[in-house]
Amino acid sequence: MRTGEIVAGALAPHPPHLVYADNPPQNEPTAECGWETLRWGYQRFRKDLADRDIDVIVVYTPHWQTYIGTHFLGVPHLQSVSVDPIFPNLFRFHYELDVDVRLAKDIHDRARDGGIVTKMMENPDFRVDYGTIVSCHLTRPEWDIPIVSISSNRSAAYYSIEVMQEQAAVIGRATRDAVLASGKKAVLLASNSLSHRHFTTEGELPEDMTREHIYHHGQYLWDMRLIELMREGRSRELIDIMPEFIEQAVSEADGGGLTWLISALDYPEYAAEIYAYGTVIGTGNVVAGWHPGRAAGVAQ
Amino acid sequence: MKMALIVPGLPHPLLCPERNEGWQRIRDGFAAAREELFAAKPDVLIIYSTMWPSIVGHQIQAHPNPEWVHVDELFHDLGSIPYRFCVDQAFAHAWCGAATARGLSAREVAYDGFPVDTGSVVALKLLTPENEIPACIVSSNIYSDRAESVVLAKAALDALEKEGKTAAAVVVSTLSNRLFTDFIEPGEDRIHSLKDDEWNRKILEFLADGRLEDVSQLSREIHRQVRVRKVVNFKPMWWLSGVMGGHNRFSGKVHAYEALHGAGGAVVTLTPSDAGVGDKEYDEEDVEVFGGDRGVLIAQGTPAAMPLPGAGAPPSAPARASVPATAPVTASPGGIIRTKTAPDPVGAYPHARRAGNLLFLSGIGPRTPGTNEVPGGPVRDAGGHQEEYDVAAQTRQVIENMSAVLAASGATLADLIDITVFLIDMERDFADFNAVYREHFEGIQATRTTIEIDALPTPIAVEFKAIAHLEPA
Repeated sequence: MRTGEIVAGALAPHPPHLVYADNPPQNEPTAECGWETLRWGYQRFRKDLADRDIDVIVVYTPHWQTYIGTHFLGVPHLQSVSVDPIFPNLFRFHYELDVDVRLAKDIHDRARDGGIVTKMMENPDFRVDYGTIVSCHLTRPEWDIPIVSISSNRSAAYYSIEVMQEQAAVIGRATRDAVLASGKKAVLLASNSLSHRHFTTEGELPEDMTREHIYHHGQYLWDMRLIELMREGRSRELIDIMPEFIEQAVSEADGGGLTWLISALDYPEYAAEIYAYGTVIGTGNVVAGWHPGRAAGVAQ
Repeated sequence: MKMALIVPGLPHPLLCPERNEGWQRIRDGFAAAREELFAAKPDVLIIYSTMWPSIVGHQIQAHPNPEWVHVDELFHDLGSIPYRFCVDQAFAHAWCGAATARGLSAREVAYDGFPVDTGSVVALKLLTPENEIPACIVSSNIYSDRAESVVLAKAALDALEKEGKTAAAVVVSTLSNRLFTDFIEPGEDRIHSLKDDEWNRKILEFLADGRLEDVSQLSREIHRQVRVRKVVNFKPMWWLSGVMGGHNRFSGKVHAYEALHGAGGAVVTLTPSDAGVGDKEYDEEDVEVFGGDRGVLIAQGTPAAMPLPGAGAPPSAPARASVPATAPVTASPGGIIRTKTAPDPVGAYPHARRAGNLLFLSGIGPRTPGTNEVPGGPVRDAGGHQEEYDVAAQTRQVIENMSAVLAASGATLADLIDITVFLIDMERDFADFNAVYREHFEGIQATRTTIEIDALPTPIAVEFKAIAHLEPA
């Protein structure tokens, strides 16, 4: 059997606004425009993946919040409509997707063996969270590749950000080992924004870009600090600074996604490709990709 | 309000009560509460669910018949819950309007497939299994604090009055919310810690004595002591006490108190009664209108940049990277500001005009933008006959209109430095006007002059003229 490979990893934020503005046929509401910088960034990320063989997309989502352990989708095929409970006016998305249950189970088992509380989700009526759907759709709108979706155990709320990071790092290592052992080529997505303080009002026209900007200048500074570390391949420093970043920028990285990704990528010392940075209802979002093969000089 | 109920939203009593005697007792508690509820015969069941988070203000369920097969994102292995509920659309609409009128951001949601949260599903399935009473569900904004929660409650009362309906109010929340972080056998369930258990019992002692407002006043302390900090505060008791009138005069009954995977779940009913322990002094003040304690709620155009609590610059940030107190002003040539969010001027003048760092506002009255209706009633009818009017309501609308003009100028009420107030009847209106003024301007400390005049150009009793100081453009 061939050795598995992590083809790419990405910080792939999930604001439903981006899907809304893209107007895919699966989404009920339609938009005139909006958040182009981020959407074009996703476009460039997709272009970078276009000539790569990909067997599976593994996504770690902060919007499947499980306060008891980390859960994995364990139903082979799921079909429903995802209505965002927070922005239902923007996101009512009809999805149909395949799950790589075998890989999910292997990551689950390895994480469990690493001391993580884990559970497979096997209820066929389960509705997939919109974080998973948005990040996967923007990465692969064709929906022709099976996914693995990993929930976010909110240990930061129960214990501390440091505990969350430790646990996410273990799941990242389990993910890496499982992908390599599977012989599959995987793309990993950490579905979260950076700074995460929202505006609490919305314009009559959600895509009115005259209203869109970062909530607070301090958040912007923190986001740029993180991006600078990504651009310079200083991922261990990024992990070191993470607790303070999460606290100061009210970051959605508190769900563990970015830490999981960095761990699964084995703490890359090469530069991330920054595809885009933009704000969505005041939060800071970056589309950033790590391409291990490119860093190692492998012909692509 | 006929009565209040506090119920837990975890799905165990609904889906598998047979697995744990305590879960069954919670279910039995629901049944006992249901009997009281049916006897009270409310027209509508108003649910505040801590398990439905929102970001953009508060969302109010307005689909007439939400229908789905629900699966809890955490306890998915316990099974699926098919539901079809009956929602009081008219009340939802009235509540949304009333909330907006009181300064809140609110919207109705009426989408097929909208995910009703587990807590609301559990409460409705166990309290009105045959949809015997139409319901209305409101979300819990993750950023909202006491003022917003209390005003949201008062808006519900406004809506009830408008609709001429009675209601029962339901809070869906556990008391202590710390779950075990590992899976347990049903028989092993217990309250997570002795400390949580003691706090829960103290809360229930208060509630059994009918001391709802006392529990509300303790919300921040309860949050610190027994709540995992998923959100900014323990809000449901603020809302519940607000909607029940903000007092302690209830007859309380604790129907059940048990562990739900470590959290403290209780079924409690509260019925208005003069037999309660009564009221003394409260630490936290009552509040009628939400002025936007984060600033962003005021602005229609560019949200004001509010300092983020705890947010600072990263270690390498330049020292000068501070945040301006207000957003830059954008104005048309000549600094002229006109906006559709305030009532149209009655002459050839703009709403405001900027000169340097000063913004001069034209006289602003209480007409409602778009309709020109005067809240609280006009001072005279079309025939010129005097009418009874409410100067407090007019003053609120003046301040709302002034906020709109300031927002269109990139400013807020906090930027005002001088205000001139015109009243047509100082003796009759000054006290009521002054009380409303205090609610909004006590912390701003703009200078003020109040003048009695014979008349204003439209049938209104009050008008403000103001000057604001802005940051350099």
